[in-house]
Amino acid sequence: MTLEGTPGRYLAYTRRKAALVVLLLLATGLVGVYAVQAGSADLSAAQVLQTLLGKAEGNSGVIIWNIRLPRVLAAVMAGVGLSLAGCVMQNILRNPLASPFTLGVSQGAAFGAALAIVALDAGSTHSASVDAVIVSHPWSVTGCAFLGAMAATLVVFLLAKYREVSPEAMVLAGVALGSLFSAATVVLQYFANEVQVASIVFWTFGNLGRASWRDLGMMAAVTGAASLYFLARRWDYNALESGEETARGLGVEVERVRLTGMFLASLVTATIVAFLGIIGFIGLVGPHLTRRVLGGDYRFLLPASGAAGALLLLAADTLARTVIAPVVLPVGVITSFLGAPLFLYLLVGGNHRR
Amino acid sequence: MILSVDGVDFSYRSHAVLKKVRFEVQRGQFLAILGNNGAGKSTLLKCLNRILSPQRGTILMEAVDLRRLTRPQVARRLGYLAQRPEGGRMTVFDAVLLGRKPYIKWEPSPTDLAIVHRVLIRLGLEDFALRYLDELSGGELQKAMLARALAQEPRVLLLDEPTSNLDLKNQLDVLQTVKRAAAEEGVAVVAVMHDLNLALRFANKFLFLTGGTVFACGGPEVVTPANVAQVYGVPVTITRLNDVPLVVPL
Repeated sequence: MTLEGTPGRYLAYTRRKAALVVLLLLATGLVGVYAVQAGSADLSAAQVLQTLLGKAEGNSGVIIWNIRLPRVLAAVMAGVGLSLAGCVMQNILRNPLASPFTLGVSQGAAFGAALAIVALDAGSTHSASVDAVIVSHPWSVTGCAFLGAMAATLVVFLLAKYREVSPEAMVLAGVALGSLFSAATVVLQYFANEVQVASIVFWTFGNLGRASWRDLGMMAAVTGAASLYFLARRWDYNALESGEETARGLGVEVERVRLTGMFLASLVTATIVAFLGIIGFIGLVGPHLTRRVLGGDYRFLLPASGAAGALLLLAADTLARTVIAPVVLPVGVITSFLGAPLFLYLLVGGNHRR
Repeated sequence: MILSVDGVDFSYRSHAVLKKVRFEVQRGQFLAILGNNGAGKSTLLKCLNRILSPQRGTILMEAVDLRRLTRPQVARRLGYLAQRPEGGRMTVFDAVLLGRKPYIKWEPSPTDLAIVHRVLIRLGLEDFALRYLDELSGGELQKAMLARALAQEPRVLLLDEPTSNLDLKNQLDVLQTVKRAAAEEGVAVVAVMHDLNLALRFANKFLFLTGGTVFACGGPEVVTPANVAQVYGVPVTITRLNDVPLVVPL
């Protein structure tokens, strides 16, 4: 489509944004391949490629298919899911501090997991490194974590639906619920034995290596479906940026968009957290990084923040695995160590180009 | 009759804001809603495109009950300019393009872009097309928001204090644009206004609202010193200066 004058200039401007999105996606792909290759067992890019094409020799196939690839895919999925959830939450709750964990989702999940470990005796540990935690009944821990996360979501959701609570109050309700769940987790820990306490703590660290292929399938289904819904609603999110009343005047069913968005963002978060543990900061830093660079147009902001989240989490996890290999650091720690300074730099105004 | 409002009651919880409001607007008319702060003017405007839902009464848009239209259908018929425009990190073009949202299925068509372009020219905003809203002056932002409402190609334009952030020249420019849309395209304009002199100059129908009820409604003949004094609680005289009506508080 070629147009003269102002519409033409506008289209050129949107094409520049689209190009940035494509660039981000490519970068994510490249880092993904590098992440499969990097680790304590050295593999070359050629070996990775051969394995993926099914022509591998030796044990590289086992390493890639069973360890590296699930981990990389988990990073991509969690990065996309958490970042998109954050992006949408910030829009529909009209609060830049909103993130997937704003509504008490992570604290709910941690409480659920702790309950499973203590009450259902689902966890034990035999040494002090992260991967040494043996959760003897992974399904009950995952299931309880998911239920805990959704319980928190449901309370806020019902408040919003039936008491017509404002977005600001929803955020506050989420914070209150979060602290309630944290207190309940502390009570559980207080009465648990040291093995159980260790299991609880390790569970909350967040570990991308936890996911099996079946877990990945479920995460992909939930994240994929929610992402499609979010993308289909992109014009509604754009309209909401101009305020609730204006959005209504532009034909947006604000309540429905808000409740559905909240529910799906929480569902994605709950699924990811239940399988992988708590991975903080991505949902905050991913969308805000892209918003700083791309502006507030959700047509480009949504795919870009998804890609940025995946890229950040991949980079963080690769660093976590390689920086003092063979010890694997908790990825949540790295995301904060990488993300916070970058975030502060951008916030203070390192980037004024848009 | 493009818009007829009958027996509209609205209350926030137990606090009644509008009581049995009744009036009609025709194509090409420019209705100014006048009254004190808190008289219910903005609330009335929001009821007209279902941003708020009145508890009682009917609002007919071209003889169709507003409640029977979907929200996008309402948005294709009535454009709305909020009292406090919100900026944000989007360009003027993006913001005005949102006015096409009720029409956009997946992505904007060349027609949508052309309409946005035309509206930008009409409001003298073409040079600002790729500027960000949060870098604009208050007046430019206000005009961009009006441009968005015009891009909706509405049959009724609802404006909540359209000139509140504007300097003298822009006040006249904006109201002239709105008046021309009414005269040339048959758009009905319903505007909440505080400046009686601007209202007298541009509107051709007037509605005085006091305490949520209609005090008077009609042509320029209802804007009498007695009515203004009653509604605002300020004695005034109305004169003409160079053939322009002028309300002067005494």
